Amino acid sequence: MTAVAEQTGLWLTEFTNQPKAEPWIQKLREDAFERFAQVGFPTTRDEEWRFTNVAPIVRAQFTTQAPAGECNITEEAEPHLTRHADINANAFVALNTAFLQDVQYVRVPRGKVFEQPIELTFHCGPGQAHHPRALIVVGAGAQCTVIETYEGEGAYFTNAVTEFVVGDGAVVDHYKIQRESLEAFHVSTMQAAVGRSANFSSHSISLGGALVRNDANATLSEGTEATLNGLYIVNGTQHIDNHTILDHAKPHGASHEMYKGILDGRATAVFNGRIIVRKDAQKTDSKQTNKNLVLSDNAVINTKPELQIHADDVRCTHGATIGQLDSEALFYLQSRGIPKSEARSLLTYAFAQDIIDRIKVQPLRESLERMLFEKLHAHSK
Amino acid sequence: MALLEIKNLHAQVGEREILKGIDLTVASGEVHAIMGPNGSGKSTLAQVLAGRELYAVTEGSVTYDGKDLLELDPEERAQAGIFLAFQYPVEIPGVSNMYFLKAALNAVRKGAGQPELDAMDFLDLVRGKMTAMKMDQTLLNRPVNTGFSGGEKKRNEIFQMAVLEPRLAILDETDSGLDIDALKLVAAGVNAMRGPGRAMIVVTHYQRLLSEIVPDFVHVLSEGRIVKSGGKELALELEAGGYAALGIHDEAEAVARV
Repeated sequence: MTAVAEQTGLWLTEFTNQPKAEPWIQKLREDAFERFAQVGFPTTRDEEWRFTNVAPIVRAQFTTQAPAGECNITEEAEPHLTRHADINANAFVALNTAFLQDVQYVRVPRGKVFEQPIELTFHCGPGQAHHPRALIVVGAGAQCTVIETYEGEGAYFTNAVTEFVVGDGAVVDHYKIQRESLEAFHVSTMQAAVGRSANFSSHSISLGGALVRNDANATLSEGTEATLNGLYIVNGTQHIDNHTILDHAKPHGASHEMYKGILDGRATAVFNGRIIVRKDAQKTDSKQTNKNLVLSDNAVINTKPELQIHADDVRCTHGATIGQLDSEALFYLQSRGIPKSEARSLLTYAFAQDIIDRIKVQPLRESLERMLFEKLHAHSK
Repeated sequence: MALLEIKNLHAQVGEREILKGIDLTVASGEVHAIMGPNGSGKSTLAQVLAGRELYAVTEGSVTYDGKDLLELDPEERAQAGIFLAFQYPVEIPGVSNMYFLKAALNAVRKGAGQPELDAMDFLDLVRGKMTAMKMDQTLLNRPVNTGFSGGEKKRNEIFQMAVLEPRLAILDETDSGLDIDALKLVAAGVNAMRGPGRAMIVVTHYQRLLSEIVPDFVHVLSEGRIVKSGGKELALELEAGGYAALGIHDEAEAVARV
């Protein structure tokens, strides 16, 4: 308990110093901080954090980013805010909730189609702790695209939570671009409650950060289609952990999951994909794939599918691969005059390509193509 | 001066020696056929010339255009004008044929001291050559060899050769897996490229390709050595009497006779 108190004590001052908010928000904050103070930061003894040691985050001292002004949270958010990302499931969600201040709230009215993507950009500076929070509520039959970008300079800590509430028959595409500084800590939770016959996709592109943990979770309803895609590229001593949960609660749901990783240097990565098929969720169709390209002898990947199936008439498949660049393909390219370093980056880029191809927003796809191309060329030199 | 001079070439994969002293001289403008049963070392010779690291050269020398070929990386060999048409072209998902070919052509042009082609000139060049090979233009936008039929892959090799215009082309069993129409098409593509400025080494198990691409010289390879050399009539002799007539054991023939 003492250790926990020590850890959380540093945050207590920050917590008590923040300006008071309306009572309903104050209550959410206090409940969340109480939970955080009770459990503290996770350790590698927690199954969910077995391969990710957050000690560097615990040890570092950050200043919580000064509020940009008045607490902007509208009462309209009240029925949904904090109802989906559970403070009891994850201490970082509790910590984020304890600092509820600036919530990016987006509401798409019933049946409305937003043609232009909604872009949310979160920027963090050196020495800061930032708890970005977004709530996106999409009405029945509505349609929208949300692009979140995380970036910054120096060593800092981003602790983000994004909640999606997707109404029946709605269509939502979510893209999260994590290109934090290479010294940054980034922890995030994306939690989506997806309605009947709705279609939700979330794409997580992770390029930056020294220590990164992403949780991407979706709960499906009857006839829901959910897609979770991810691409992580790590080098040097970067560590990235992607945990996902696809929770099939009702019949006839379909989920597709494809995470791909490229590891170089002494980087480490974790993929843990849980698929839950509850008793009522007959006729569930779920497919999970995790593919890893390991470019150096010192990089490490831990990949684990976790299927919890309680219904009997379902189709669930999963597969994980860990491989290196194909030496025959390398030779083929070289035999056509393409220098080895370029051939390596070309094949590495090709490995990532099918995740990029799934991005429907053309300007985003193109800018990511450029970003990847430059990053992978830098890798090979 | 000969374009290619191979002297006493020995090569092995792991501990197993496959080439046991090859001597071969090829001058510009000539077409040499290398025949031999499976396992005789034909494909190894082709791959060694292209620079495959899998094979270690333990003895002998290869001089190409006055330079020590064995010192060069595969890409440097390609840039110096060597082209290998693969027996099994490699599928590369995620890399479009167009991007691949443009990168290859510009690397080879750079090697030859020529300026890079811009997108328009490149497309003009490529479209013309595709038409000649009766290739569907949509292949350009598909990933390299991915989902291609066996015939499409082989045609794609010859098409790449036509685009890259090598000085020494090595064709490794380009006839395998082709029906007669595809074979004639591929052979026509190869024949169109014969000329005084280009040498070819055609590796094959069977004579049928050599009635379409008529060689100037035929060499028979057995157990890592050239055991007989002659003119184009040697291929016909082999066709009539089989490798056995030369005292060479051919597993494929033995199986066919059972």
